[in-house]
Amino acid sequence: MTRFLPFILRNTLRNKRRTLLTVLSIVVSLFLFCTLRTVITSLAASLESASSARLITRRSTSLTFFLPISYRDRLTQIPGVEDVSWATWFGGVYIDERNFFAQFAIDPLRYFEIYPEYRLTAEEKDTFRRERTACIVGEKLARKYGFEVGDRITLRGTIFEGVWDFTVCGVAQPATPDLDTNWLLFNGEYLNQSLGDWGQVGTFVLKLADPDRAGDVARIVDETFANSAAETKTETEKAFQLGFISMLGNIQAVIYSLGTAIVIAIVLVSMNTMMMAARERTREIAVLKALGFADRAVVGLVLAESLLITLVGGVLGAGLARLVFDLSDFTAGGFFPRFTVTDGTVAQALGIALFLGVVSGVAPAWNAARLRIVDALRHTG
Amino acid sequence: MSVAAGQPIIALRGVSKTYRRDTIAVPVLAALDLDVAAGEFLALMGPSGSGKSTILNLVSGIDTPTSGRVVVAGVDLGGLDNAALAAFRARHVGFIFQSYNLIPVLTAFQNVELPLLLTSLDRRERKQHVLDVLDVVGLHDRSDHYPRQLSGGQEQRVAIARAIVSDPSLLVADEPTGDLDAVSAAEILDLIGRLNREFGKTVVMVTHDPRAAERAHRVLHLDKGVLVESVRRERP
Repeated sequence: MTRFLPFILRNTLRNKRRTLLTVLSIVVSLFLFCTLRTVITSLAASLESASSARLITRRSTSLTFFLPISYRDRLTQIPGVEDVSWATWFGGVYIDERNFFAQFAIDPLRYFEIYPEYRLTAEEKDTFRRERTACIVGEKLARKYGFEVGDRITLRGTIFEGVWDFTVCGVAQPATPDLDTNWLLFNGEYLNQSLGDWGQVGTFVLKLADPDRAGDVARIVDETFANSAAETKTETEKAFQLGFISMLGNIQAVIYSLGTAIVIAIVLVSMNTMMMAARERTREIAVLKALGFADRAVVGLVLAESLLITLVGGVLGAGLARLVFDLSDFTAGGFFPRFTVTDGTVAQALGIALFLGVVSGVAPAWNAARLRIVDALRHTG
Repeated sequence: MSVAAGQPIIALRGVSKTYRRDTIAVPVLAALDLDVAAGEFLALMGPSGSGKSTILNLVSGIDTPTSGRVVVAGVDLGGLDNAALAAFRARHVGFIFQSYNLIPVLTAFQNVELPLLLTSLDRRERKQHVLDVLDVVGLHDRSDHYPRQLSGGQEQRVAIARAIVSDPSLLVADEPTGDLDAVSAAEILDLIGRLNREFGKTVVMVTHDPRAAERAHRVLHLDKGVLVESVRRERP
């Protein structure tokens, strides 16, 4: 087939503008496909990082209501609970709303013991526990804004009104690169004392002695606080995060629908291109057949031309998506911990390009194979 | 399979051809018998619709008869499927069209090389073959030119080079000078005559031009699918 390559290439570039526009439409479509699929894989990746050895306990009515910090002691005594910590969503604004990242007021004593995957030095942990306004920033956030130990960060509270000043006392390093570190955690005592010994927290985090007993422990926790003023809902960390995602609706179905629509649209575009290209060359195809090119060879030439166009578009589209999102460190305003186009997504995009090439080439190839030389050459006499 | 000079390279026996235009049957050839000897230069003449191009199509294996047998170079074309017919054409038939039918995006060299892409020749061998035949047609120095950069006569010479590059025994030419001026037409006829004389190619040529027909050893006149006259000329 390689001996036909110059011929296929020449044919592909015969109508440069049309080929360029077709390739560009495939590039744009597959770039979009990669982006949409990366939304799904990024959400899945964030779930993967959730531990099955931790439970999250929150107010049963809504996450926007708080739990008494006094629950901590009772939670510690429940069989199967090895350690307890807590965190409260702060929701502050850094400079302006565009600089979105997660902020939590956390238990200064136990939080990093329950989350060992975020690495801090003993000195950083010690400072964090001692200093009321101390905060820890994740490595990604530090890199994004250039935060260093000793820097002051000011947040404008939206849930907890006022201006809040923090001093960076450490930068948490993730144990694995897929972990989200686009966050700021500050000493929860600062929030508690500023609100006049508030005594409330957003969620408790329970470290389990045996992850296999997660269901039993969650049930016991919720039974313990049943019929109280602040009933609880306890679930695994993964289920908790899944709950956030499901709040956004059936994202996967929407994304797959969009992806399918994109693929169908581009199939029609590339089919049209190939049909036009083949129709314009009816006489030439007849000449090739007269010269001795068998039906199979003609089919091969038409399909190869179609595949060349769609695969070039596929490689460029998937490559561009990978390049853009990897280089730009895109996180959709902090919504996604990591927005990385995976090898699987690239492979799927190339698979679609291959599918496009075959589907859009089949009809003109079939027509070329069925073409009667005599009819195409319009012999009379 | 080769055929010795003087032996029939083409044998048509009781060949009829009827085209269907919608529901109407249009007979073009009626029980035609024809032998063409190897190395012969045959001209087919006649008015439009007389069946001369149909004969060309049948002997070159791009059309099939409604009835009768077509044997070319010892091969009964009636027994061949599409793939075998394609292989037959690649091996035995060189086409020369009225409107040249060169591929516009390929250079003269690449156009001539096309039939060789179907062979097992390697790149170097193909190049040598192409340059040799371009030399024969006098266009060695135009191998890098695209069809649009050539005159009509030069385009036809490239088409002739393409027709002979795989060394077929039979050349079929359909009005090869129809689109050319008198000077270029004479040059092309000279070239076809030379291929017949020096290289032993059997030529079957359809023409309306009596001056072109004069170059042939034999001229067949057809009318409504029937041979009405056969004129044999002395070989020069």
